Parts: sequence; structure tokens; C-alpha cells
Amino acid sequence: MDKKNFVYNRPLYIGWLIKMAWRDSRRSRSRLLLFISSIILGIAALVGIFSFSYNLKRDIDQQAKTLVGADLVIESNRAVSAELTPLLDSLGNDRARERNFASMIFFMKNQGTRLVQVRALEGAYPFYGDLETSPSGAGRNFRNGRQALVDKTLMIQYNAQVGDSIKIGDLSFVIAGALLKAPGRTGLSTTIAPPVYIPLQFLDQTGLLQKGSRIGYSYYYRFDPGTDIDKLISTIQPRLEKEGLDYETVESRKRNTGRAFEDFAQFLTLISFIALLLGCVGVASAIHIYIREKINSIAILRCLGVSSTQAFLIFLIQVAGIGLIGSVIGAACGILVQQILPSVLKDFLPVEATMTISWKAIGQGILLGFLISVLFALLPLVSIRKVSPLLTLRMSVEPGRLLRDRLTWLLYAAILLFVIGFSRWEMKSWKQALFFTAGILIAFLLLAAAARLLMWMVRRFFPTSWNYLWRQAFANLYRPNNQTIILVITIGLGTAFIGILYFIQSLLINRVSLSATGNQPNMVLFDIQSSQRDGVAALTRKYGLPVLQEVPIVTTRIERLNGKTALQAREDSSSQIPRRVFEGEIRVTYRDSLTDSEKITAGKLHGPVKSPNDIVYISMDENYANRIHVKIGDSIVFNVQGVLMPAIVGSFRQVDWRRVQTNFRVVFPTGVLESAPQFHVIVTRASSSEASAHFQQAMVRAYPNVSIIDLGLILSVMDDILSKIGFVIRFMAAFSIITGLIVLIASVLISKYQRIQESVLLRTIGASRRQILLINALEYLFLGALASVTGILLALAGSWALAKFSFDSHFSPQWLPVLILVFLICLLTVMIGLLNSRGVVNKPPLEILRREI
Amino acid sequence: MESILNVSQLGKTYQGAGRSLKVLDNINFSIAAGSTVSIVGPSGSGKTTLLGLCAGLDQASSGQVELNHIRLDDLSEDQRALVRNRYVGFIFQNFQLLQTLTALENVMVPLELQGEKHARSRSRELLEKVGLGDRLNHYPAQLSGGEQQRVSLARAFANRPRILFADEPTGNLDVETSDKVIQLLFDLNQEAGTTLIIVTHNTELAAGTQRIIRLKGGTIVSDEMQHQGQEPET
Repeated sequence: MDKKNFVYNRPLYIGWLIKMAWRDSRRSRSRLLLFISSIILGIAALVGIFSFSYNLKRDIDQQAKTLVGADLVIESNRAVSAELTPLLDSLGNDRARERNFASMIFFMKNQGTRLVQVRALEGAYPFYGDLETSPSGAGRNFRNGRQALVDKTLMIQYNAQVGDSIKIGDLSFVIAGALLKAPGRTGLSTTIAPPVYIPLQFLDQTGLLQKGSRIGYSYYYRFDPGTDIDKLISTIQPRLEKEGLDYETVESRKRNTGRAFEDFAQFLTLISFIALLLGCVGVASAIHIYIREKINSIAILRCLGVSSTQAFLIFLIQVAGIGLIGSVIGAACGILVQQILPSVLKDFLPVEATMTISWKAIGQGILLGFLISVLFALLPLVSIRKVSPLLTLRMSVEPGRLLRDRLTWLLYAAILLFVIGFSRWEMKSWKQALFFTAGILIAFLLLAAAARLLMWMVRRFFPTSWNYLWRQAFANLYRPNNQTIILVITIGLGTAFIGILYFIQSLLINRVSLSATGNQPNMVLFDIQSSQRDGVAALTRKYGLPVLQEVPIVTTRIERLNGKTALQAREDSSSQIPRRVFEGEIRVTYRDSLTDSEKITAGKLHGPVKSPNDIVYISMDENYANRIHVKIGDSIVFNVQGVLMPAIVGSFRQVDWRRVQTNFRVVFPTGVLESAPQFHVIVTRASSSEASAHFQQAMVRAYPNVSIIDLGLILSVMDDILSKIGFVIRFMAAFSIITGLIVLIASVLISKYQRIQESVLLRTIGASRRQILLINALEYLFLGALASVTGILLALAGSWALAKFSFDSHFSPQWLPVLILVFLICLLTVMIGLLNSRGVVNKPPLEILRREI
Repeated sequence: MESILNVSQLGKTYQGAGRSLKVLDNINFSIAAGSTVSIVGPSGSGKTTLLGLCAGLDQASSGQVELNHIRLDDLSEDQRALVRNRYVGFIFQNFQLLQTLTALENVMVPLELQGEKHARSRSRELLEKVGLGDRLNHYPAQLSGGEQQRVSLARAFANRPRILFADEPTGNLDVETSDKVIQLLFDLNQEAGTTLIIVTHNTELAAGTQRIIRLKGGTIVSDEMQHQGQEPET
């Protein structure tokens, strides 16, 4: 060969590299699989959520018609004007209508009373799907007589049977059936006021339709197939909007339901993604130690002429292969998660979820798992390129030291970009994606910093006079190949998750419970007519209950804001007025003083209006004013049930909305609204649930139209909702915790290879089985305590910030459950650690050396 | 006679924390193709460092090494790896076999790296030659020290190297095994016509080579040709 022209280029021999990767992995496959197992749960959770979401999206599309029950629904919060009625009566090929309102019902058999949503129905609604009832025919037949359909849960609660009677207002109805499911109603929306259906023809006789009552009007339409409903809507929309009517089509329901669930699914996806990230950190750490063990082999290969790229590729192929296997296993487990999700989420699902396997979700999960595991594993893998063949001669010079590489920083950047990219894809917003990534990064950094600090403190301050076993155990926390940082991050983040969920849940419950103690009001009576006001107050006092507050309520809408109508505001692109200002109703009151839950923050509260020519100065809740961009001195024209009422914003109030009492976004002065249609609210306090029940029965008998909200009911409903949501979140957060435990098991097994020689040495020089076990137990106890306490501290800080800045609430955590959580995590860590060291202590040292080394 | 290894003004200095340590200083020699040479000296004299530099495992701080007419100091680590694969064989004190590969696979590696089609049959042939025909599929952990070093010998000769570096090849073996391995090494070397450079403490082993270079404190203190070589007394 011509030495001068020695060619330094040679093929990579990919086939040989794959063969070498395969050969080299022979004795490490089970360990590699264990390393990669930490991503399995993350992938499983993601594939489960993806798959479930895709199915649900399809289900919503397919079932949207039965969700709405009609092709078009038009809704109004007040009686439709005479001009619009002919239009509403001319739409559709089939029509039905409904009036709905909150009212008390009275179970005749056991004298029980309960706030319900009365739905008085006329026509063949629902046109698609059914009012599902037991017995099954009741959904159609109840319209034939004075019969009602009562929500199934309510019937169970009040021990009511089909055939029993209930009283609504002045009229009694026979229960024709238990309502199992009605179009568009999911569990949560009907918990506070469960639905009761009656035929519309009997509504007048109940006596509940009085002036000022808050009644919803719904018109349902079915159109023959082929009708262009969107086109129809676009022609009638201006008239509907002018009258303040809402409409809903199958398409708009699809969008809204889909959107609402997307937010929830997105939240769950991000929780799963965090589990995946935790797993990946575990993978990176495990591969790091794996590569350290392989340094000698790499040096030999380099000595024999393997190039740095070839050496790197041999191990990359191993990791990629095992990453692919892990992702496939994860995706397979994801199918199982998908089967469980509907039962976990059943209370939140708008439609019946189907369970077909989504290949798209599986593909995405595998791709994601493969990419992210390789990306994280590359962090330790790139160091292979720097392993010197000289290590074959001088292993003692550089004992397994991996050199830092500029490429490492590039990889960190790539990982960061990947996380931002994934969150952007999921959240559809760069801002949110950046916040999410920054949040994760900060949590990781804080936990890593805490671990480093504690390692430093143990090293610096641990008393050298302590017993050898303690010193040995604590020294293991900072010695080479320690797993302290990785375990504190993974277990700590999982603990922080669970901790924050728990703290916030109890914060919310406590906030409501607090209101139920002391002399705070706990019962609100509403829909009281002006003529009934004195009688209701007298009856309240007769039952020994105080009338804590008595306020009139007038329903209004904003007609013009600073001279602009809804239409003008929409057409003016420079206008800052949000569209929702003109939508919906505002319930206002009138008085000349503040309540103890209010204080003036700007302007001043004006006194009574004495002459019709006086300017009407209103007071507005400052948060509401900020939301709709209103300043002091702005002019607003209110529509008080047909009468236009100009007013000027005279003051802003800060309102404590948490109190159980009537609070108002807008307060009028006296002398303006006294003769407007209105109803009254009385706030009282019942000292016991018996007193409350007796009072409610008497009130419903005497004033059937008066509705009562019992705080005890709200509390139990809220508790129920929060625990259901909490369960879902805990279910997903469990993936993070279990991932943390898998990383723990993997780390312990890795350290087993690291520590085995030392344990054998200790045994050889005479350490007893008990002493070695104690060293291990202390080490893992401290690791578990460090990780869980750091996690809890993070949770406390996070919950405190949420309480202070989001919920504006005082944060006082309960310590007992926190201590139990810390104890459990420590126990688990110690158990895993000890189970693993059992093999070392139960066998003679020589046998272990022969087998393991 | 053609020279296979030229070393001139070679020096190696390690930079430590605030101070530097000169391990080799102004080393000059040339080795003829096909000859056998031992590098001897007390611990810390720089023998292994010199071997590492000559074999292209490390880079010199000064001076140059020319192996098979290729200047190693001009090359990158990957280029030196290619040179090693083509022209160099290694035998180590602690055998340095890949633990996850069988004996046969260990021998095949240098050949497979060259894309050699008959890697398996040649490796089997070599292992049979060193008396391990019945141990082809054993892993290193299943072989004795002597057997492992014989696998190492087979691997060292597999790629038909022009020059073979041996670092204390008998350092981890008992006397009896050690004699057998030395015999085998010299036999194979003679048969292949390879240049052999041995770093050793073993005076008997050194006596079997044609030339002895003695190092002390990082410099050559003597460089002697021996009257008889090649055939160590066993």
C-alpha cells in the first residue's frame, strides 16, 4: 500500500454496528429494559389519553344530534316578543317548546323538599335520541297526563317510587318514571338542581309563573334532511340577536362540547407528559451509569480501530432499539389505560365513549416515546465519542470519567425545544407552551438544587464522630455514582404533584366549610314576589330563623355602553367593548348603603334619586368593570324588562364574593327601580339540618314558588365535584408517582452493581448481615425523606402561591396527611432498597463475586 | 533493513493542578521491520506511556512518531484508529477482551472492522492455532487467565498487523502459563513476520528479544542489541 496516500475514509459498516450492538447488549438486555421501563407509564398515559380523545371527538361528532335532541334550539331568558313569535312558529318541520326554571318540589310521601330545575315540555322533543327513563315508555307517555319525570338520583335520595306524587307549586303530579338521561345533560350540570320534566299544559296551574320569575324559554326544531340550517341561521340571526335570543345547532354543540373536553384532555395530556419527562430523566441517568460501565469496552474497541462515530453508533443503536421496545410496550399499556379512562371520567363525559383502538394515537405515542427517550439518552451517549483508547493501558488515570462536551449543551437545547414544541402542539398557544416549559424547568431546577444543597450539607456538616454505619449510609448520598439528584427530582416532582392537588382541594372545601360555621348565613330564599316579601320574612322569623339580609333583585340587560349598541360595538373594529357585555342578563339591586362585604375603591356611592330628571349614578364591582373596560363616568343604558334606563358609573366597589349572601355586580340607588318587575331574596341561617328541613317544608307549603338554596347542599355537591375531579387528576398524577418509583427501582438496581463490591468487601472483613442492611436502610430512608420533603416543600410553596394569587385566600395546610404521605414514600423507598440488597446479604461473599462481577 | 517505527525527540508532559509532570523526554529510536524489541525499566519510568505514544493511543507533547511511514502526530484520533486497525496489534496485561462477546467474536472484531469476508473462518483458524478450538463460543468470564490471554493473542494477529505492541503480556499469569503464552507469542510472531515490541518487567521475556531499550526517569538509559533472541528459554 502506498503509505503516502493512505485513505482515511472508510465505510461505517452499519450492518456490523447493528451486529455489535446486539452482541454487546447480550448481558445487559434485562437491565436496559428496566432503564427504559420508566418511560413505559408516561407513554401508556399519553397513548391512553390520545386514543380516548380521538374516540371521544368522533363520538361527539356522531352523537351530537342526540346531545342537542334537535336540529336547532333557540333560547331566551324572557318571554319572546309578539313580533318575533310568528317567526319562531314558522321555523322547522317539527317544533317543540319548553319553559324551565328553578323551583322547590315537595315529595308528598315523606315530606321532603328539594330545589330542582323544572322543565315544562310540549311537543315531541327530543327529535333525536330519547328521554331515557325507567320504565322505558315514560319518557314519551308522561306528556299524556299530570305526570312528571324525576331525576333518578333524586328519587333514590328521597326514596320515591314510580306512582308516588310530588307537588310543584300548587299542583301535584304523579311520578311517571325516573329520568336516567336527557339530551345534553351530563352528571355535573344537574347536580345542584336536578331536572324534573312536566307537561307544559299544566304549568300555568302550578301558579309558579309570576311577574319577575326567572324563566328560561326554549324552542326546539327539527328540519327535514338536506335543510341548510347555517344559511337559515344567517338570515334570522340579526333578529334573534336584537331580541337577545341565543341559538344552538348541532354543529355549534359539536364545537362547544369538543372544545370543553379538549381543554380537559389537554390538561390530562400535560400531566402524562410530565410523567414521560420524569421517566426520560430516569432513562438519561440510567444510561449515564450504563455507559460508565461500558467505558472499558469502548476503549478496547477504539484500540482495535473502531472510530468514535462507530463506537457512539453501537450504543445509540442499543438505546434506540430498547427505546422503541419501551415505547411499543408503553403504547400497548396505553390501550389498557384507554379502557379504564371512561370509567374514571364517566361523570364528565358528554357522550357515551366508544373503545376502538386508535392506531393514530398508538403511532404518535411510539414516535414520541422513541424520539424523547433517544434525545434524553443522547446526553450521556455523546460522551462516548471522547473515550480515549489509552484507557486500556491506564484505567486508573481516568476512572470512568466522561468528559463534558459542547454537544451536550446543544442536546439540552434540543430537549427544551422538543418540550416547547410538544406543549405548543398540545396547547395551541406559544405563550402557554413557554409558561408550561418554564414551570417544568423551574421545578426540575429547584429539586436538583435542593438535592445538591442537601448533599453538600450532609458532606459538610455530618458529624464525623457518629457511628460508622450512619456515616457510611450518609456518605452513600454524595459519593460517585450516587442517585440522589435523580431520585429527588423524580420522586420529589411526583410528591409535589399529589401535594398541590391535595392542598388546593382542601383549600377550596375549607373555604366553603368556613362559611358554614359561626353565625354566617347558610340558606338563601329566592324568587320571592314583592307581595310575598313580608309573609316570607314573618314565616322565617316564626321558625326562629333570623332574616340576615333582604334584598330586591331586578333583572336587566345592558343596551348601550358609552352610546354604542351591541351591533355598533361589533362593527367598530377599534372598540374595546367585549361582545359579552351585551349578552346575558345582569341582576341588580337598589340601595343607598354598602353591605359589610363591600367597600368603595373609586368614586362615591350616590344617595337616593329624588326626581325623574336626576342623573342615576350606579356602583359597579371593580373586577366586572375591569373586565368590560368601564371607567368612572362612563354612561350605560340598561334595559329593565323593556324600559330603557340611562345611568352613569358613579363608583367602583370591591366585593367579597365568597360570602354566602347576595352580592351584585351593579347596585342602583333607591328611587329608580322600585316599581320595576322584581323578586326578592332573603338570607338566613338555620342552626341544624333538622331546623332547616322543617323550615323548608313549611316554606314550600306556604309559598310554593319560593326556591331555597341550602349551603349544606352546595357543600356536599362541591365536595362531590371536587373529589371527582381530584380523583381524575390523582389517577393521572399516579403515573408520575409510579414512574418515580420505577426510576427508583432502576436506580437501586444500578447502584446494586456499583455497590456490590463494597458490600462484599464489608462482609469479607466481617460486617454482619444486620449492619449492611442497616447501612442500606438508612441510606434509602434518607433518600426517601429528602425526596418527599423537598416535594412537599415545593407543593407548599406552589399551593401558597395559588392560594394567595389565584384564590385570594389564606393558606393553612393540614399537616397530618402530609406527614402520612412523607412516611409512605420513605417506607416504599426503604422497602425497595432493602429488597434489593437482600441478595447481597443472604449469600456468601465469594458466590456473589463469582456471579455478579 | 526497512524501519517500521521511527521515534524522534519524543516528549510527553502531563499538566496537573498548577504544575506539569514530564514523563518522557527526548526519546529517539528506530525499529526495523520484523525485529523483536523489549522496553524495560522500573515502575514510573515511562514505559507504558511510550508504548501508548508509539501505538497511536495517545498524542505526544513534543517530537514525532512515524509508524509504517505514517506520521501519527499529524492525525486525528479517528485517523489513528484506522491506522491501528490496519497495521497494529495489541496484547494487554489484563487481556482487555470484550466481556459481552464470545472468544470467536472477540477475535473477529478487527477483521469485521476491515470488512473482511472470511472473518469467522480466519478467527476460528487462529483460535485453533492457540489451542482454543473447543472454546470458540465461551465468554471471557468462562475462560482461565491463560486462555483469555491466548484469545488476546489470536485477536492481536487476526488483522495481520505489521507491528505488535504487548504491554506486560504475562503480568497477570502464573509462571507455567506465562511460559506457554510467551512461547506462543514468539511462535506466532515468527510465523507472521511481525515486528514485536514488548513492555515488560520480566527479564526472561526481555532476554528473548533481539533488542532491549531501557528507560529510567523518562529517558533512554541504554539501547542494546542482543546476540541471541527470538527463542526465549522455557
